[in-house]
Amino acid sequence: MFNYILRRGLMALLVALTVSFGTFALFHFATDPAQTIAGEDAPQEMVDDIREQYGFDRPVSVQYGDWLGSALQGDFGQSYFWKQPVVELIKEHAKVTIVLALSALGVTILIALPLGISAALKPNSWVDRFALSTAVSAQAIPNFWLGLMLIILFSVTFPIFPVSGDATWKHYVLPALVLGASSVPAVMRLTRTGLLDVLSSDYIRTARAKGFVGYRLILQQAMRNALLPIVSVLAVQLGHKLGGSVVTESVFSMNGLGRLAVESIFNSDIPTVQSLILIFVLTFVLLTLAADLINAWLDPRIRMG
Amino acid sequence: MSTASILDIQDLSVDIPTDSSTLHAVRGISLELKRGETLGIVGESGSGKSMTALALMNLLPPAARRQASCIDFDGSDLTHATERELASKIRGQRIGMIFQEPMTSLNPVYSIGRQLKETMTLHRKVSDAEAEKRAIYLLEKVGLPDPASRLKQYPHELSGGQRQRVMIAMALMNEPELLIADEPTTALDVTIQAQILHLLRDLQREFGMSMILITHDLGVVSRAADNIAVMYAGDIVETGKTAEVLENPCHPYTKGLLECVPGYQGHSQQRLGAIPGIVPAMTGEISGCAFASRCPRAADVCRTTNPPTKKLHQGRYFVCHEPEIEQGEGTAEQPVGSERTGKTDCRGAEDILTVDHVSCTFSVRRGLFGKRKPLQALDDVSLTLKKGEVLALVGESGCGKTTLTRTIMGLQAPSTGFVTLNGQRIGNLPPMERARMIQPIFQDPYSSLNPRKTIGEIIAKPLVVHGIGSTQEQHQQVRKMMELVGLPSRVFNSYPDQLSGGQRQRAAIGRALILNPEVVICDEPTSALDVSVQAQILNLLLDLRDELDLTYLFVTHNLSVVQHMADRVAVMYLGEIVECGERDQVMSSPKHPYTHALMDSALSISPGESVPDPGLSGDFPNPMNRPNGCPFHPRCPIAGQQCREQAPGPELIDNTLVQCWKAKTAGSQLKP
Repeated sequence: MFNYILRRGLMALLVALTVSFGTFALFHFATDPAQTIAGEDAPQEMVDDIREQYGFDRPVSVQYGDWLGSALQGDFGQSYFWKQPVVELIKEHAKVTIVLALSALGVTILIALPLGISAALKPNSWVDRFALSTAVSAQAIPNFWLGLMLIILFSVTFPIFPVSGDATWKHYVLPALVLGASSVPAVMRLTRTGLLDVLSSDYIRTARAKGFVGYRLILQQAMRNALLPIVSVLAVQLGHKLGGSVVTESVFSMNGLGRLAVESIFNSDIPTVQSLILIFVLTFVLLTLAADLINAWLDPRIRMG
Repeated sequence: MSTASILDIQDLSVDIPTDSSTLHAVRGISLELKRGETLGIVGESGSGKSMTALALMNLLPPAARRQASCIDFDGSDLTHATERELASKIRGQRIGMIFQEPMTSLNPVYSIGRQLKETMTLHRKVSDAEAEKRAIYLLEKVGLPDPASRLKQYPHELSGGQRQRVMIAMALMNEPELLIADEPTTALDVTIQAQILHLLRDLQREFGMSMILITHDLGVVSRAADNIAVMYAGDIVETGKTAEVLENPCHPYTKGLLECVPGYQGHSQQRLGAIPGIVPAMTGEISGCAFASRCPRAADVCRTTNPPTKKLHQGRYFVCHEPEIEQGEGTAEQPVGSERTGKTDCRGAEDILTVDHVSCTFSVRRGLFGKRKPLQALDDVSLTLKKGEVLALVGESGCGKTTLTRTIMGLQAPSTGFVTLNGQRIGNLPPMERARMIQPIFQDPYSSLNPRKTIGEIIAKPLVVHGIGSTQEQHQQVRKMMELVGLPSRVFNSYPDQLSGGQRQRAAIGRALILNPEVVICDEPTSALDVSVQAQILNLLLDLRDELDLTYLFVTHNLSVVQHMADRVAVMYLGEIVECGERDQVMSSPKHPYTHALMDSALSISPGESVPDPGLSGDFPNPMNRPNGCPFHPRCPIAGQQCREQAPGPELIDNTLVQCWKAKTAGSQLKP
């Protein structure tokens, strides 16, 4: 087990380093950071000065090492646009995104798992059909439209929840529903097919021959096997929610990381964009690692592989 | 129903609705099982024997519909029992079940211990410690070494044979009165098969348990069952005492099945009595006898009217219009076991293929940071193949048979030594040249043919690759080949999944032979096929050898096939050829203790005889940890000091090559 964790951990680290170096290098080849800071029409001497002053004239690998070194110490540099430390910026926005993403994940699990399980227990029944149509609609309806409809219904017609902002828990209810709904189809269908697969397996037949039936058969024999693919997909979905909830954050005017990323890109705020990419990559890598570890805990074949 | 019966089934049917019609998997069968006895149900795949077993405790697939006028188990009616009643009172408690697939029948995410214990704790109020005690006791009974530490292991850490033993222990946790064993040994090597059948017999005596043994292997039932029921297309066509049915079969199907078994009658390399065609799918309305289309005795009445059930005496029935009784043997219209013509004597023939001191070592690394460890798949193997002969290569799974065939075909370079074909080294031959001379036929005709190509394209492929002839000529050649291997010309444009297993294997043979090779490597070519189809394929292979002057290296684990096909036999163990010689020498007076155990484990059809104990201790070792000295010594019943320390070299005794320190004396020491 220890070997497994070590191996997965090192792989994760390697992925994170590769991606962050890739984006760093891309930025430095695609744009001229000195020009960006100085402004479009700045005289050449000023741009050169800035280049020297900020150290942009050094080789990319040296600059990357420098940047990574300070990033590891918690110093992500200074935002060109907001003129404040990037760390502060990210801290401000991260809270909103984390709360939103986690509650959206909760929504996904609460809707998708029960629906998927009941669909698998009675394939082709009305429950299954209902689950399928839910999945298809959730897949087809765009996030922004669902968000606007919910606002009209629950904030305008029946003013239960606030229209926008991120001040109280009430502000999170509608966005969490919208963001959570977007993952329901994938997770629900995977739960259904996964559980159906497991239920038609030889070892479930063995369990039935041993006298297992009903909820015991599902919970004590089948579920652990069916969970393996679900864990992996939930990790990816949470990753998307932590990094890419731009639309939802915009519709509900929440100041999360997604909006920060979009605004930094529009304003060519390279230090902020770079740091955000590093954080998104790390989040993904860590979540995948976590999913792997949970699966290893669930399945001895992975643990001992 | 008499009081001595534990199970009485009347008029059991299982229907499976399909898109277009209904498949009648089991068609109104009746069975009776006496307490403490074993009933063997035999038949080919698709005969409905597994469905019958699943129907008893209603474990059928969800779509299947079960009907019966009576399923009486020891006084309680299972016909109308609900799922919950079955689960709480019968399943796992009074009726235990062993399934065919040991690799997939245990839950992969729970430990052996948990799976064993829960069988008991689910039904009874026992403490965990008590259940554990019982589990350890049973694991010891089923011959699993070191049972206490096994409990913590997971299924994937055990071999197939070990898992099957766990399955058996699990079925016995609650001392069931009836054990249903569905092909309990089919997936296992012969030595393990003998061990497990032996064990079931012992346990049955000890617990007074009744048993239903489902198998396609007539050798197994002949030794393990008191009564036998022969199933065909969902119906029991003949039933009675095992000895009576097997020695005096009345139904043409029973007789046909027996004649298909290599070595059952007559001499080797004679034509086997193959049953033509395949088991028909029983859909829609059925009139007449289901076997009529394949029956050599079928008359008009057989095709129109359902055959009557005839009773010879109490407990001995068959279902047929035109039974084969009181006519003696060999009066059949088409003589079976007819002498083959043109059998070649290859003793003086030239060597066509030589394997010269070939060793093959892989280095295997476990994990990303694990150390590389050598795995010696072949250790100093030498063999010769004479032109026109059939050399059988036998051994348990993992012994290196596959590596050897890959090396011979030039697909795997040997670490040391070399293979020569017609005097030329395989390694120096260009791949195209090599492929022209040596071709393989694989085990599984379901996965060895490209599902997206037609049969014509598949057989023509080697010609296309080698650029032989125009498209027109290729087609002509393919059609000729199809005729030769017995494929109807209408399947030229069919896809593999439209063909039966036997037809696919014929196509695979056609593809192998289209380049006119000299040597054909047959890797278990019939082990995925039913016995009646196996007989057809074996006949075909022998015919083709005579017709096309072929030489076969025949890899198999089925010893009756070896007995039937081979001129010479080579026995492999852990990458070494431990014995190699003339078939009769090797099979009837084996020199090596391993060959001895193998031959002992082979179950020929002999009713009344018990299952022999092969006397091998332990399991086939992991090739990663080869024992020092003679690789066989940890399992050898006669191993001595020298065997543990020094590996024996090859020695020629009575024209047989043997690698054993005790070969000269082994014969006398091993005879019971």
